[in-house]
Amino acid sequence: MSPDLLKLIFGRLGLDSLPLHEPILVATFVMVALGGGALFAGVTYFRLWGYLWREWFTTVDHKRIGIMYMILGIVMLLRGFADALMMRAQQALAFGGSDGFLPAHHYDQVFTAHGVIMIFFVAMPLVTGLMNYVVPLQIGARDVSFPFLNNFSFWMTVGGAVLVMASLFIGEFARTGWLAYPPLSNIGYSPDVGVDYYIWALQVAGVGTTLSGINLICTIVKLRCPGMTMMKMPVFTWTALCTNILIVASFPVLTVVLALLSLDRYVGTNFFTNDFGGSPMMYVNLIWIWGHPEVYILVLPAFGIFSEVTSTFSGKRLFGYTSMVYATVVITILSYLVWLHHFFTMGSGASVNSFFGITTMIISIPTGAKMFNWLFTMYRGRIRFELPMLWTIAFMLTFVLGGMTGVLLAVPPADFVLHNSLFLIAHFHNVIIGGVVFGAFAGINYWFPKAFGFKLDPFWGKLSFWFWVTGFYMAFMPLYVLGLMGVTRRLRVFDDPSLQIWFVIAAIGAGLVFLGILSMLMQFAVSFLRREQLKDVTGDPWDARTLEWATSSPPPDYNFAFTPVVHDNDAWWDMKRRGYQRPLTGFKPIHMPSSTGTGIILAGLATAMGFGLIWYIWWLAAASFIAMLAVGIGHTFNYHRDFDIPADDVIRTEDARTKLLAGVK
Amino acid sequence: MTVAVNPTQTGEPVFYLADEHPHPEGHSTSLGFWIYLMSDCLIFAMLFAAFGVLGANYAAGPAPKDLFDLNLVAVNTSMLLLSSITYGFAMLTMQQNKIAQTQMWLLITGLFGVAFISIELTEFAHMIHEGATPQRSAFLSAFFTLVGTHGLHVSCGLIWLVTLMVQVWRFGLIEANRRRLMCLSMFWHFLDVVWIGVFTFVYLLGVLR
Amino acid sequence: MNTDTHAAHAHDHHHDDGHAHGTFSTYMLGFVLSVVLTAIPFWLVMSGTLPSKQITALVIMAFAVVQIVVHMIYFLHMSPKSENGWSMMALIFTIVMVVIALSGSLWVMNHLNSNMMPMHEMTGMK
Repeated sequence: MSPDLLKLIFGRLGLDSLPLHEPILVATFVMVALGGGALFAGVTYFRLWGYLWREWFTTVDHKRIGIMYMILGIVMLLRGFADALMMRAQQALAFGGSDGFLPAHHYDQVFTAHGVIMIFFVAMPLVTGLMNYVVPLQIGARDVSFPFLNNFSFWMTVGGAVLVMASLFIGEFARTGWLAYPPLSNIGYSPDVGVDYYIWALQVAGVGTTLSGINLICTIVKLRCPGMTMMKMPVFTWTALCTNILIVASFPVLTVVLALLSLDRYVGTNFFTNDFGGSPMMYVNLIWIWGHPEVYILVLPAFGIFSEVTSTFSGKRLFGYTSMVYATVVITILSYLVWLHHFFTMGSGASVNSFFGITTMIISIPTGAKMFNWLFTMYRGRIRFELPMLWTIAFMLTFVLGGMTGVLLAVPPADFVLHNSLFLIAHFHNVIIGGVVFGAFAGINYWFPKAFGFKLDPFWGKLSFWFWVTGFYMAFMPLYVLGLMGVTRRLRVFDDPSLQIWFVIAAIGAGLVFLGILSMLMQFAVSFLRREQLKDVTGDPWDARTLEWATSSPPPDYNFAFTPVVHDNDAWWDMKRRGYQRPLTGFKPIHMPSSTGTGIILAGLATAMGFGLIWYIWWLAAASFIAMLAVGIGHTFNYHRDFDIPADDVIRTEDARTKLLAGVK
Repeated sequence: MTVAVNPTQTGEPVFYLADEHPHPEGHSTSLGFWIYLMSDCLIFAMLFAAFGVLGANYAAGPAPKDLFDLNLVAVNTSMLLLSSITYGFAMLTMQQNKIAQTQMWLLITGLFGVAFISIELTEFAHMIHEGATPQRSAFLSAFFTLVGTHGLHVSCGLIWLVTLMVQVWRFGLIEANRRRLMCLSMFWHFLDVVWIGVFTFVYLLGVLR
Repeated sequence: MNTDTHAAHAHDHHHDDGHAHGTFSTYMLGFVLSVVLTAIPFWLVMSGTLPSKQITALVIMAFAVVQIVVHMIYFLHMSPKSENGWSMMALIFTIVMVVIALSGSLWVMNHLNSNMMPMHEMTGMK
């Protein structure tokens, strides 16, 4: 075939785009192909495709979508963590003239992919998944406000993840660092597909995130059960509300800045170029207007989880509920006023730097207030050191440390010394792992019995906990030291042999974290095998306080047979204390949204469009776009999107639970 | 059990609704759509920010004074304003359940929209023909992107308008269609608000500079 | 046609929805106001009536703000009551965010330019 025709059909994509010359990638591909093939064969053999499609892929049930988000987050954690191990190994080895084992071209992709994946495809799905699962249950709702949109949002997030994963084996990923600063990310310096993968993966996933933010805001505002005023909402719901407000207020900024970057790359405009009046600094400014709220998007729900866990496992009402809510709201607003502290060294001058330095330090006040609230909740409580509580205590210690180094970095003169050093790397891992990751694990251990009807195995859980915590400190404390000694981030080889020992310690720490991840997978497997012993028939295994524990574990499709009425902050605690009797009669049909395949189809088309745009396969991009339009419009012609669960089904489900509960007594 | 079902007789607290009405379909739609518009508002805000920062970087190329024809912009603005009031009439006739008139006003709104887009495209073509392309300078990149994004939104609105006209024609002014017309009306008027920013900050202030 | 029953039904349920509907006179009032508020700035700029450019700029920006408020009230039917105040809350929050991001960006980038680029280069770029 003629080269022109090939170019028309395949764009930039050719056989040389496959990284056959990189043995690490080839080996990875073989493993992924074998694993994926086995999974595919297994699903086919057990004839599960129909079940998966009907019950999971097309579902609009917030609980199942939440679980799928969690699975996505955990799968991507494995990928992101593999990148981390490679970096730690490379930096521990590349001393004394050794080049390590990663060539520069590959190493640069690894640290970029690590950052992008961990933030967008691990932390975000874990946080969104927990919010999706828990929020409607906590507010006594049957589903979110826009169930179809929820399904679509999830699949868009998956679409973004698919694009990032595809870059591993087809072409390459960006070599720019996780925020892809121009001019490096502009077409002149990054002519390859890497940055395009970055752009389109984030754009596709970003649409999903924004829509899911709108959805959850509406859910919390509109679907609270009777009696639940704003100041009676559980703290996790409050933090979810603030997080989603931040999502809706900040992700559009990311959309714009990436769109402008893609215009620079595809059309040749001059937003962030060095000549024709463009300003690369404007990109830095804009992307951090999104980037700073993003870290609060991640950590606020974690704060909510810790609040629920602390009060449940201390057997006490949360100390200072009102101050907790106000602290959350203040953090929400302030998180928008600090973005410049990410680029103090850019040269905006003393007045600008001091303004943003001060606002940054102010944020530590509401955060500190939260810390004291948790401490006072524990004070004189009957603390049960179950797994969620262990993660919470580890969080409190770790996060305070990370927060204090953060205040240190907020001082502009100190930042001029520490900017871009490993001290910064240690700081943000300290708050993100100590805050978001520990929070997600606390949440997983806390709500797992609600979602699946059995608790997680405590032995493997504790093993995982100790590996993670010790591994974390071993991996990142050396980076503080190295940062203070002036080592900058993203380096591949080192000259000074005296630094090596710190990198070796950090690598061992990463190895311990790896054991922690393996123990956690083991914990899931063992818990599944021991599910009869670990079973929770009451629906309230922790003697908890909020509404999600009022229904069965796992909850029925409709969550609550009757919409609850709330009188107290700790609604379920109040119900238990005042002798609530579960209704046994009078069930009615329940109106529910029906499943639809439109979400996954639209997201698949969006992913295909992204792939076409990345590789300049214009026909594919155009065709997928037109198909998306057609499917989207076609979907609006379907006016029948709900059905009724018949009263008989409700009676059957509720009677089964009655029998189960009777068995306990 | 009767305690909870008939709470008022015994004075016990009510913990659940024995007799509830499901939320009517689309009860959250107008709020949800409004929040979407707020997120869209931030998209435009960032494009305005880019224009504000880069809008004076002409790179020795043409400046607004050399390019903008305020008469044309005035005509274009009036197209959009007229389309806003005609959409308002469509909403008023919709409330009176007059399908034919609603459709007529929607059609007129659409025609004004098409006129707006056509004038804008003519303006763009003229500028590009004169060498004032989006690639020429950061000012022109920011200008084309900001105004073009607004135009793209109007175009999406037009596709949506046609879809809704088909749906009203096929299914009548049922509740779902009324809700959709209301959302499109918010979208349409929102684009009008954005245009106020565009003609003031881009065109008028540009020519003043 | 069952639209009538639908409409009546909807009316029952939507009393808390609170999305105000305009009337012919409010739409017309909004239209006339916005025509006036559009025409004056165009006239000011095209005729150059006001003595200085700064004054003209300030005046037309003021007109823009007023016109945006007019559109919000008469076309978008904003009121403190719609959606139990949530629409207004969302709007105010968005305005705060827009003001922070816009003015912040301008401030930051302006300082950067004056710090990092000597003046003659700046003028050379234009």
